[in-house]
Amino acid sequence: MTSYEDFPCEQAVTMVTDYFEGALSVEERAVLERHLSWCDWCATYVEQMRETIRLAGTLREEDVPAPVMDVLLEALHQMRGS
Amino acid sequence: MVDALRAKDETAFRDVVTGYHSSMIRVASYYVSSRAVAEEVVQEAWLAVVKGLDKFEGRSSFKTWVFTILSNQARSRGAREHRTVPFSSLDADEHTPGVPGDRFQPPSDRWAGHWSEPPSPWTDVPAARLESSETRSLIFDAIRSLPPKQREVIALRDVEGWSPEEVCSALSISDGNQRILLHRARGKVRSVLEQNFAPAVTP
Repeated sequence: MTSYEDFPCEQAVTMVTDYFEGALSVEERAVLERHLSWCDWCATYVEQMRETIRLAGTLREEDVPAPVMDVLLEALHQMRGS
Repeated sequence: MVDALRAKDETAFRDVVTGYHSSMIRVASYYVSSRAVAEEVVQEAWLAVVKGLDKFEGRSSFKTWVFTILSNQARSRGAREHRTVPFSSLDADEHTPGVPGDRFQPPSDRWAGHWSEPPSPWTDVPAARLESSETRSLIFDAIRSLPPKQREVIALRDVEGWSPEEVCSALSISDGNQRILLHRARGKVRSVLEQNFAPAVTP
């Protein structure tokens, strides 16, 4: 990685998850953040990755019917040799 | 917790099953054809857990052990259903980047590697649409269509909210590999959302 003028968007987008996960080196992080400070397109991309993560989390809000416990409890007793 | 289960403590078992249930149903649903089948798979997984309790050595956490059993069962059930993973809509290749190369300027260009087709912001998309059940089912289908490892990583990390360490342990992968899989998975889900949220093209 050289100066930020040479730092292409195509490379910036590959670093987003490592950026979120805190897996970039101090230098990589600085270069990426400088790039994001002037490149609205990549900033939009990063924002959309954040939003994607948030929206994936909303799948947890779907209602799931309660478990059928009878069969399992019976199995617990049978298999545990009561 | 394992000791309580080994001692056939019914209350402990009930609590564990109930606590993990929604999460297990969702994870199983990525592999099989319907919610009903997912429920069967979760039940089978619990039976296997009960049967295997004595073999559990505590090398992984109880949670990751349960989910490893679950995903094995879900995977083989999915295969028995002849549900070959629907790679049609998304690329089957584990190695595709998050963003297709043709959205950037070619190497010959003065702006090589910069966006040629930049993403449009979603700021104009109403929150009600972003968080609609349509969006959720779009994300669910996108995750289902991912190659298996990417699917498991994004499901556990971003949907179920597991830590990187837990995911690495459950899937026996390195931290670096986990990030690569997660990045590709998120990139593909983002691009499905992008197509969906794209502003109408004005001629």
